[in-house]
Amino acid sequence: MNTVTVVGASLAGLYAARELRAQGFDGRLVLVGAEPHLPYDRPPLSKAFLTDTDRAASTPTVTDSAGASATGTGASPDREHSPATRTSPTTGTAPGTGIHAPYESAPESQLALTDPELALTDPEEITDLAAEWLLGVHATGLDQHGRAVLLDDGRTVVTDGVVIATGASARRLPGPQPAGVHTLRTLADARALRADLTRGPRRVVVIGGGFIGAETASSCVALGHDVTVVEAAPLPLIPQLGPDMAMFCADLHRQGGARLLTGTGVAGLHRMAPAYPSGDAYSSGDAAQPGGTDPSGATDRPGATALGSSRTRSSRTESRGPANPGHVTAVELSDGRILPADVVVVGIGATPNTGWLSGTSLAVGDGVLCDAGCVASLPQVVAVGDVARVGGVRAEHWTSATEQPRVAVRNLLAAQTVETVTALPYFWSDQYGSRIQFAGHRPADATVRITEGSPDDGGFLALYEHAGRVAAALAVNCPRPFMRTRRELRAQRTATV
Amino acid sequence: MIPVCRLEDLPAGESVRLDTTPPVAVFNADGALYAVDDTCSHQDASLSEGWLEGCLVECPLHAASFDLRTGEPTCLPARRPVRTHRVSVVDGTIHVHLADPTATPVPASAPLTAAASLSAPAALAASGPGRGSLTGEGSAA
Ligand SMILES: Cc1cc2nc3c(=O)[nH]c(=O)nc-3n(C[C@H](O)[C@H](O)[C@H](O)COP(=O)(O)OP(=O)(O)OC[C@H]3O[C@@H](n4cnc5c(N)ncnc54)[C@H](O)[C@@H]3O)c2cc1C
Ligand code: FES
Repeated sequence: MNTVTVVGASLAGLYAARELRAQGFDGRLVLVGAEPHLPYDRPPLSKAFLTDTDRAASTPTVTDSAGASATGTGASPDREHSPATRTSPTTGTAPGTGIHAPYESAPESQLALTDPELALTDPEEITDLAAEWLLGVHATGLDQHGRAVLLDDGRTVVTDGVVIATGASARRLPGPQPAGVHTLRTLADARALRADLTRGPRRVVVIGGGFIGAETASSCVALGHDVTVVEAAPLPLIPQLGPDMAMFCADLHRQGGARLLTGTGVAGLHRMAPAYPSGDAYSSGDAAQPGGTDPSGATDRPGATALGSSRTRSSRTESRGPANPGHVTAVELSDGRILPADVVVVGIGATPNTGWLSGTSLAVGDGVLCDAGCVASLPQVVAVGDVARVGGVRAEHWTSATEQPRVAVRNLLAAQTVETVTALPYFWSDQYGSRIQFAGHRPADATVRITEGSPDDGGFLALYEHAGRVAAALAVNCPRPFMRTRRELRAQRTATV
Repeated sequence: MIPVCRLEDLPAGESVRLDTTPPVAVFNADGALYAVDDTCSHQDASLSEGWLEGCLVECPLHAASFDLRTGEPTCLPARRPVRTHRVSVVDGTIHVHLADPTATPVPASAPLTAAASLSAPAALAASGPGRGSLTGEGSAA
């Protein structure tokens, strides 16, 4: 195998690149990443990144386009992208490898310099990986046999193996996104939200009580904002934690100082359109908000922001200013209540980034369909992380994205499935000062038994038991006993696999 | 030099956290004592709550592992070491000498004498509040 292309240069993509080198692949390694950044860590985006106001002040803007300028736009116009064509002076060559390491002289390490808490790698590792990083570049397709990756700048990477690591995107409300409305998936999202949250006290409505919604709500409370969480289900997190523990998490909101409204959906957003159809926006400060420049704003029409039953009876302005969806003023619930809002965070889940694979022969269905060893339906194509449906399960957990690549790369290099992923699912969440950790598979009809501490004290270990066995564990502020149980679950799993 | 606790109060396999700034974790790894900065070099987790195996401690949040002798991570996601601190036992009481460049494991069976505590006076000046309070897992549980 001469060339391996990793599509998606984030957590799972970086771990795949590391594994390729660690497992002895010394050929050409290309990483294609749609974001202009070197790999960074997402979990802090809803946690410390939002609340760390010192950092907010010190990093208003970062030249995140550096990666793109060194690779995406600085690249040769040749249709076939190969080492020989990449002799741009902005790229260096790793000594002795003949492989381009565009980041050797690295203005691109600016992300590492400005947000060291988020950077997943450093210049030293970048040099060691000896990879070509094509950042700010989208893959747009895969040829029929998976032997060429098409890029949005017109180039093609001819390749022998492909690792798909394109992750997931935050689901949005339908229609245009007025200023003040945010999703939280990327660094750009987090910066935009943080900017909105540092303008004094705001009325924040978080739509969706899942982990990201809950963490964001918690961060907003910590920043002193007035926070309401809206959850359509009777309780948040029931699918993940079951009803008993979901109840505990619901109480965290209330005890933490946020309002939690459950059992009601969102009918739509109210917004104030700009006073003038174009140019002079609603307020000059808001003109630069991402919502205002969202391309979907071009399709603004009455009721366009309404969800489901179009109950938005918003303002005077909905038919105005097609290019600018204005600024959000309130969230209308499906039960008719209206929540005034300056900032709205939409945390209603994520969808796997498989759009670029439509029209290819690769099997896709809520993720890239893989066997239990991360091997996709075309030979020499594997998938890892949030985009991968591995053996019928698509996890959206940090740890899965770091554990799958070892197995996927092994199978890729072996050209067949020689190992399957047996890792025990694990995730954590930090909210309202509580650290929640979960491991295992929770059977729907499991019974929950608290074996350490108590929910009243804010620290406990809960075991999910089914058919006389422990199937999963949840801990809140109880790390030691959790680690012990997680190890036992892992051992039990290894014994039965 | 910060007194930690009596040697017999930190049995093998146990750890204790000192509320210094930054906090320090002290471990009894099968009879050898080690002290390192308590906060994982990756993100926000307390190593005193980690899993101790030999002279390695596994972080409770994302399972990075650190060699207590050197503070170096032995696996991802941590990429930076944690600082190590020297430990001594004076008259049966465990002491931590903050900010020593290398930790010196002290066999629990052969406590060092006061002489050992004289070697790092400079580091002590920067040690902040003198007494570490005991908030290890023993008292937190
Ligand atoms: C705010 C937030 C908080 C989180 N907190 C936790 C937590 O506490 N605990 C936990 O376990 N998990 C958490 N997660 C989940 C965790 O971050 C994800 O599971 C992890 O990021 C998945 O990594 P990935 O590399 O598979 O996908 P991603 O991180 O989504 O990366 C995919 C990358 O591929 C790029 N890409 C997409 N399409 C293309 C294309 N066509 N061409 C080129 N590049 C493309 C994307 O731009 C992106 O950079 C959190 C996620 C978020 C967003
Ligand atoms: S916080 Fe220790 S490994 Fe992540």
